[in-house]
Amino acid sequence: MKRGLHGMVTRLKVTLWTLIVPPTVWAAHFLFSYLWAAIHCAKVGGFPRLPILYAVGTIVALLLIAGAGIIAHLQSRVPGDTPPHEEGTDSDRMRFLAFSTVLLAALSFVGVLFTAAPVLFLTDCR
Amino acid sequence: MRGVKASCGVAALFVLGGCNRHQSALTVFGEEAATVRHLTIVMLVGAIVIAAGVAALMITAVRAPEGRLTLSSGMRLIGWVGGVVPVVVLLGLLLYSLPAMRPLPVAQGDLRIAVEGEQFWWRVQYQPPGAAPVVTANEIRVPVGRTVQFDLTAGDVIHSFWIPGLAGKMDMIPGRTNRLIVRASRPGTFRGVCTEFCGLSHALMAFDVVAMEPAAFDAWLANERRPAAPAAATAAGARAFAANGCAGCHAIAGTDAAGQIGPDLTHVGSRTSLGAGNQPMSRAALVRFIEDAPAVKPGARMPAYPQMSRQDAQAIAAYLESMK
Repeated sequence: MKRGLHGMVTRLKVTLWTLIVPPTVWAAHFLFSYLWAAIHCAKVGGFPRLPILYAVGTIVALLLIAGAGIIAHLQSRVPGDTPPHEEGTDSDRMRFLAFSTVLLAALSFVGVLFTAAPVLFLTDCR
Repeated sequence: MRGVKASCGVAALFVLGGCNRHQSALTVFGEEAATVRHLTIVMLVGAIVIAAGVAALMITAVRAPEGRLTLSSGMRLIGWVGGVVPVVVLLGLLLYSLPAMRPLPVAQGDLRIAVEGEQFWWRVQYQPPGAAPVVTANEIRVPVGRTVQFDLTAGDVIHSFWIPGLAGKMDMIPGRTNRLIVRASRPGTFRGVCTEFCGLSHALMAFDVVAMEPAAFDAWLANERRPAAPAAATAAGARAFAANGCAGCHAIAGTDAAGQIGPDLTHVGSRTSLGAGNQPMSRAALVRFIEDAPAVKPGARMPAYPQMSRQDAQAIAAYLESMK
């Protein structure tokens, strides 16, 4: 199974499009947070004690970001290639894109956590 | 260099001129303001510690002998000190500060005070539970230790209600009621201001805030509820008040005056200030305001009365001042 997953991951190629997955998920979660709060405040007038829908949305966002980060991390490790990785080759380009994706995923992960934290503390719609 | 130091000294003196104990977020007399001040101090000390740490790190790096620092150790340092530590510190600060955003709990039986911002004064209505509301203006009194809910709105443009020593500021928006819940922690006379530009006399739109012991507050509110009791000797002032049409805009409970355009004057003589925190209450200030309000508060809706005799103005001032 692991081998299969690993094979699939290495068959995928990091591109500029996969690079923007983590920040896009972060942005979508941000929008989701505002919509969720606005709809709850308009319809119920307060936050629920157990925000299940919000928790599910947040966990999905975190999983997507973590997944993108793990895949990029695996791809940034091309075996048999010695540093420095600063040539205009395919493998160096992939390393660069993959490592950038890892960093962006880390930032987006923290961003989603910071966005979600207020829901735990605020119960009031003001 | 000496010139720069002198300018800094003069600038510091100007800044120090802003220090006072009536209108300052550092002179705390309410629970929410205390939380905000505490957070501010924690953040300030933290910022100083971090800035000192960065400076020390920089000095170390600049003074390090050549060859001591390597690329990989530098990258590791950036990863930890530039990435992990800020994330942990910021998350900690976020979790530490978020509870401060929770409003104080308010019960059904707590006093409500409805305040409406007008150009350039405050319409105030005390709504004690189980009793008829009491209308007044341009002064807020709160009982120490009791929870009070302000219902804030505006009649014309957007204003903002801020009593720095009591709580954070809250906008007053026409057509909308914002709630601000406060609890005063010690008695005293303080000051609040309008903090949203609202017109020519925005900077002259303030009010005195008196935090009183609960018993004294109840006595004051009971007195405020009574109709006006002008001194008998001021009957000439009452006549001048009527003859000049003052009742078209101002209300005085217990008389025919029932205007709603300007501030209620029922117990105006007992207020600590005149013209919405503009100047201390005095006979001379009253006369000046009656004769030429636009000179005192540019843009106010109250007109000047150039045709009014000084005698009439003084009589009206005496009349108003006698209504405690």
